[in-house]
Amino acid sequence: MSLTMIFISAILVNNIVLSQFLGICPFLGVSKKISTAIGMGLAVMFVMTIASIATYLVYYKLLVPHGLEFMNTVVFILVIASLVQMVEIIIKKTSPALYQALGIFLPLITTNCAVLGIAILSIQKEYSLIYSVCFSLANAMGFTLAIIIFAGLRERLVYSTASMPKAVRGAPIVLITAALLSLAFMGFSGIGR
Amino acid sequence: MASKSIENLTRGIFKENPVFVMMLGMCPTLGVTTSMANGIGMGLATLFVLALSNMAISLVKNLIPAMVRIPCYIVIIASFVTIINLLMEAYLPALHAQLGIYIPLIVVNCIILGRAEAFASKNNIWQSLLDGLGMGIGFTFALALLGGIREVLGAGSILGWNFIGEEGYPILLFVMPPGAFLALAGLIMIYNKISGANK
Repeated sequence: MSLTMIFISAILVNNIVLSQFLGICPFLGVSKKISTAIGMGLAVMFVMTIASIATYLVYYKLLVPHGLEFMNTVVFILVIASLVQMVEIIIKKTSPALYQALGIFLPLITTNCAVLGIAILSIQKEYSLIYSVCFSLANAMGFTLAIIIFAGLRERLVYSTASMPKAVRGAPIVLITAALLSLAFMGFSGIGR
Repeated sequence: MASKSIENLTRGIFKENPVFVMMLGMCPTLGVTTSMANGIGMGLATLFVLALSNMAISLVKNLIPAMVRIPCYIVIIASFVTIINLLMEAYLPALHAQLGIYIPLIVVNCIILGRAEAFASKNNIWQSLLDGLGMGIGFTFALALLGGIREVLGAGSILGWNFIGEEGYPILLFVMPPGAFLALAGLIMIYNKISGANK
């Protein structure tokens, strides 16, 4: 699979949120406004790309030589958690403006299953370093695209809350909106493979 | 004391069901429930990790400094997840292949860390075990229900037994990704109606 195909496949065809169901919690949780959705998307993009490099190096330089591949879940989650902490500290010192924009989203990312999921998937697919970086970046872009569109839909939804039946308000209508968005993205299936 | 135990055990099953009320653990809930058997398998794997990690965390809660408790909890949870991952790979390879990436992802299931932080870090071992079991049963119940509905509507079968025959036309949409969102939306609507939430 070429690099272009990885991008098209991850962003549109097999969108990480809408067809693989990774990162659903932030997708449903921080998508009330477009501005916060953009912040979350950028933060995920940033962390996921760095995490893919870190987990790749840890797996192939540390775990494989010692025959400890089975420890990957424990090690990866620790690497990701400490990486997020480190990124937070560095951004806070070096770029207050960026910290203002991304700061509150960073702690949430540790428990974002998309980051761990993509790290494990690129190991399972036996990608090289370049491929796993691109694979992570592409999936993070897919996440960002989905969450921004979804936030746009939800901003409009607020105006019609009063006309909905009581049982539908809150979680159900959000899920129905997500279903329709997922249905729209299904139109891309069949491209590539 | 006995009534408190029962309360801790049953709380997670309906009143504070992790999926319907708290909207936690959405990724496996939506991702693996293409059939009832998958839903039950995922639910039981989570139940195992939830009960044992609740117990372990309750046991060591006084030894862990408050500053580093979250990373410690994550390591404990990740160890149990590795155990169940290896056990399933050895004894249930077919189910393991079906659930795939979602088994290691039990680590980042917010239900487990949530219960560790909200319950196990404040209560004794016995009560923590009951809370973990209750939440796990509630989660398994929700996944089995959602998997069952999706399997009946989307594949025309239940637990692998096909009841519409060769000529039937199942609503394929329900085993595809949009169907997961739709079926869960429907279930939560019914739950809200029954429990009287959103009034």
